[in-house]
Amino acid sequence: MIDFGYAPLKINIHDLDKADLSLMDWITARDESFRLCIACGSCTATCTAGNFTNFSFRELCHSIRRGEVEKAVRESEKCMLCGKCTLVCPRNVNTRNIIKLVRKANQNFRV
Amino acid sequence: MLKKVAVIGGGVAGLEAARQLAALGYQTTVYEKNDHAGGHTSEWDRLFPNRRPAVEVVDTLKSQLNGNPAIVLSTPITELLPNGDKFTLKTSNKSFEADAVLIATGFELFQAERKEEYGYGIYDNVITSAELEKMFTEHGTPLMRNGEKPKRVAFVHCVGSRDEKVNHLYCSKVCCVTAVKQAIEAKEAIPEAEIFCLYMDLRMFGPGYEELYKEAQQKGINFIRGRLSEASELDGGRLLIKTEDTLASRPLKMSVDMLVLMVGMTPAEGTSKLIYNLGLKPNADGFIGVSDYHLKPSETGIRGVYTAGACSGPNNITDSINSARSAVVEIHRYLSVKEP
Repeated sequence: MIDFGYAPLKINIHDLDKADLSLMDWITARDESFRLCIACGSCTATCTAGNFTNFSFRELCHSIRRGEVEKAVRESEKCMLCGKCTLVCPRNVNTRNIIKLVRKANQNFRV
Repeated sequence: MLKKVAVIGGGVAGLEAARQLAALGYQTTVYEKNDHAGGHTSEWDRLFPNRRPAVEVVDTLKSQLNGNPAIVLSTPITELLPNGDKFTLKTSNKSFEADAVLIATGFELFQAERKEEYGYGIYDNVITSAELEKMFTEHGTPLMRNGEKPKRVAFVHCVGSRDEKVNHLYCSKVCCVTAVKQAIEAKEAIPEAEIFCLYMDLRMFGPGYEELYKEAQQKGINFIRGRLSEASELDGGRLLIKTEDTLASRPLKMSVDMLVLMVGMTPAEGTSKLIYNLGLKPNADGFIGVSDYHLKPSETGIRGVYTAGACSGPNNITDSINSARSAVVEIHRYLSVKEP
């Protein structure tokens, strides 16, 4: 292909018709509390890892809901599993378990 | 001689006030413009937060009246005039007199056509929340124009509310919880359907509302934070909707089979005309202004004229019933004090 020095821009729009929600379905089937997030951000505010890196558990959950599997897996690796987020979650989302499920799903799906 | 009280409007507020006034011994008449009492509630299928049939509430209110007070149907009051220490109420060809007046003229639903970018009245499967209630009453399920069940439905919050483009800065209060209720009902009617709610904030202020929201989450309703920017029709009649996913700070699009617009409450046409001759003006939102929002929520500033229900601003049924009772106390005090 001839390099003209420009290319089409990457599309920045979430298209829910094309989103791969298999990770979300897999997690929800194993921990229904995943559905209950109200995006308050308590988890991110209290997060030890988040105080030193740009890790956000709220954002991670959102990535899962939008089918951004690779991003979710990458982000899940920043968590230290201390569990403070589970203590503060006002909706009793089992946050620590969600991280563990994301990691487990990653192992299961990619041999 | 019995004092006469005129109640303008036979919705839940008017009916409750009339019952209480009659019990206190006043000769009470309800003037209702439609051919049936019960107002908007009589056109609803089930009520939030417990999804009880709306007809139960309306029938209970009506059955408690027992002929006293009288309900005069199909009688729209178009003029209200001071007449000494009494008031004259007029229709196009009749005239009535009363010692005190309760204005309970309620609200009207926002005309969804005004948000042209949402495609109501243009695309087949863009409907209002009120139309969905009718579908639930008649068919028990959302149905597309072609009679089939939709596989993907999106509810759009705040249609005609919190929107200065339609001159409605205010929140209509009840649409959030209604959307959540209807989303659950749609999911129950069509379990395989995907249901989405597009919201800006979820204002779950009443008892049982937050619980209903959680129930919706548990049943798999998807909540997307962002206001709908536009809907357009795709080949085959599906609708493409666009919003910002504000939790991700990115635009989002998706196709749906049906779009439900959560229309808000607007001041009833004619209410401002009705209060004009008394020298009363609507408040900033166009509803009846009350004397003191905190301390005198039933008083209009004219002695002998009171207000109850959603004509002074968006209300749920509970608040309308409470405001009706509050107004009755004020009317009772006004008429008792006047007694020689």
